[in-house]
Amino acid sequence: MKVVVDEEHKGQIPATINKLSFLSRTLNNRTALLYLLPSIVLFSVFVFYPMFKTVYLSFFLTDLQGRPAEFVGLENFQYLIQSESFHKSIKATLLFVLYTVPISIVTALFLAIIANEKLKGIGVFRTLFSSTMGMSVAASSVIWLFLFHPSIGAINRLLSIFNIQAIEWLVDPSWALISISITTIWMNTGFTFLILLGGLQNIDENLYESASIDGASFWYKMRRITIPMLSPTLFFIITITLINAFQTFGQVDILTKGGPAESTNLIVYSIYREAFINYQFGTASAQAIVLFFFILIVTILQFKFGEKRVFYQ
Amino acid sequence: MKKVELVQISKSYNHHTNVLENINVSIEPGEFFVLVGPSGCGKSTLLRMIAGLEDISQGKLFIGGHHANLLRPSQRGISFVFQNYALYPHLTVAENIVFGLQAQKVPKNERNKRCIEVADMLGLIPFLKRKPRELSGGQRQRVALARSIVSQAPICLMDEPLSNLDAKLRSHMRSEIKQIQRRLGLTMIYVTHDQVEAMTMGDRIMVLNEGKIQQIGDPLQIYNHPANAFVAQFIGSPPMNLIPATFNKQKQTIQIEYHHEILVPLHDVRNISNEDIIVGIRPEDIHLARNEPIHFQIEVVNVEVLGTETIISFKIKDQQWSMKWNGQWRIAIGDRIPISLDYQVLSIFDSKTGTALKNAKADTHYKINEVNL
Ligand SMILES: Nc1ncnc2c1ncn2[C@@H]1O[C@H](COP(=O)(O)OP(=O)(O)OP(=O)(O)O)[C@@H](O)[C@H]1O
Ligand SMILES: [Mg+2]
Repeated sequence: MKVVVDEEHKGQIPATINKLSFLSRTLNNRTALLYLLPSIVLFSVFVFYPMFKTVYLSFFLTDLQGRPAEFVGLENFQYLIQSESFHKSIKATLLFVLYTVPISIVTALFLAIIANEKLKGIGVFRTLFSSTMGMSVAASSVIWLFLFHPSIGAINRLLSIFNIQAIEWLVDPSWALISISITTIWMNTGFTFLILLGGLQNIDENLYESASIDGASFWYKMRRITIPMLSPTLFFIITITLINAFQTFGQVDILTKGGPAESTNLIVYSIYREAFINYQFGTASAQAIVLFFFILIVTILQFKFGEKRVFYQ
Repeated sequence: MKKVELVQISKSYNHHTNVLENINVSIEPGEFFVLVGPSGCGKSTLLRMIAGLEDISQGKLFIGGHHANLLRPSQRGISFVFQNYALYPHLTVAENIVFGLQAQKVPKNERNKRCIEVADMLGLIPFLKRKPRELSGGQRQRVALARSIVSQAPICLMDEPLSNLDAKLRSHMRSEIKQIQRRLGLTMIYVTHDQVEAMTMGDRIMVLNEGKIQQIGDPLQIYNHPANAFVAQFIGSPPMNLIPATFNKQKQTIQIEYHHEILVPLHDVRNISNEDIIVGIRPEDIHLARNEPIHFQIEVVNVEVLGTETIISFKIKDQQWSMKWNGQWRIAIGDRIPISLDYQVLSIFDSKTGTALKNAKADTHYKINEVNL
């Protein structure tokens, strides 16, 4: 708003200016608020309220309906610290993250690189490689349930051709977590592949041509061009995969139900069991809080140490 | 210095149609060779084949006397400047310049020495620590140039390196590139669609159209003796004016429109076999008719005063022609002016094939001057 101050009326004007400028100062904020309102409402109902409720519940013992019955302070957390079962769950979760995240990313990156070649019929491969993205957790888990079947499963049959003894994929405690990891990597591949392929296709072809004229080898191009140019995409996909790994639930529920001997009792599954099977909403909430801080810390660390290496154009 | 020879080279992307056909040319060591032609005529394709970035469908390529069809790009002793410069956006200017040397495991000391040398030559020293996005278009162009020079490859290929620059910078870089090429004795193959660049930079020019060579020659040869109507119209600014006409053998005249006739001298009558011809005349060869026979009374449709010369446009047979007169002229749009066409300066082309039947006599109108001290 433009206010012209002319000499005669100089004395009277400041009051009006103050009034106007108060309105105009807040105008932008009020407009912004209006735009934000839908997300604020949605987030409040579906994220913030449950979050605070979880924090609140973690300080209580609850009845079977999940209503707070008795305030116990930090006892739920103390219980977790001593709980053998929770330790196992944390360990399984960390191992699971370690197994799935790097292998998912490397596999998808490899597939994306070979699918980025301009060849006839490459579209078929791109579709195939990304196809697991369109499959639900339930459907993929069922597929793997069959593949892992100890006697009629395709994997053990294949092994028997090479005279390798049948493996009890989902029943043997030393194999179950690996089986779940294999399933998860397979499920991750589609989405990760698609995102990385998109990132690769954004890299200017001329950069590679220029490098080949300079006599750069495949690995040199990979190290000096592909990885740095892909770093924002890689950073994004690593973050997403990491968080997803911490939150894995569906495949555990369908394939192993947390067993055998709690070897696949990943933390989210553990929370689910605690809350909806044992009706211990208090300790379940406490576990959820622990998970929240786990993810928070890992993400902060990632941003702190990972983002430095990311090159944004 | 290395020679580049193309023998019967053809290129096809889809096995049906040729994008380039039967290209034969030999580029001499140390020569500045310009490839020019309209968009889509196959210039980049040809350059990329020489670089080894594109397969050669047919024919043979020799570099420095060796058969090079199957050599990898890095084995051909070339450097390449891309139209978009292809700088690595995540590396600094210095890292960009030594990228290739690093790939070839040149020792660090030498790398730095060569980098500084080249950066100094191109005035890039103050920018060595910057990223490409922190540079202006001209500076980026220079980095691309530096990267190609630092490789010390004897052959340098450039694909429209100046097309992203503004007019002033472009003319500056033109002379800079030319000087560097001379100083380093590079064999340069330079692609452009801009005929001014071709004329001003090339030792020799190859005009390409629709994948076929139209003419190869030095700039004046091409300007004065265009091999066909396409070259005549492509080279020169404003382009040569062309108009269909008929040759009347009995009367020994060329007839333009209905009642404009130009007498053909006896010794030329034999050379012109067709009835249907295309007559061409350069804008600077059209004069105001003072005492000569008037051929056309034209109506001016546009005037551009450029200071030292004036370009006047007019319509003939629904084609826009232009003429270029020296000096400044006060002419208004709509003025009617008498002009004459002198037979000596006419070019005549076969109307079917476009081949030149007669070129304008260069020495009568623009004598090639020489400085003798
Ligand atoms: N990869 C490709 N696949 C199929 N056709 C192509 C390919 N690259 C170029 N062409 C075709 O080849 C012809 C020549 O292309 P080229 O890029 O060499 O033209 P150009 O002379 O460099 O044009 P410009 O001045 O616009 O850069 C064009 O008709 C183009 O459509
Ligand atoms: Mg091109």
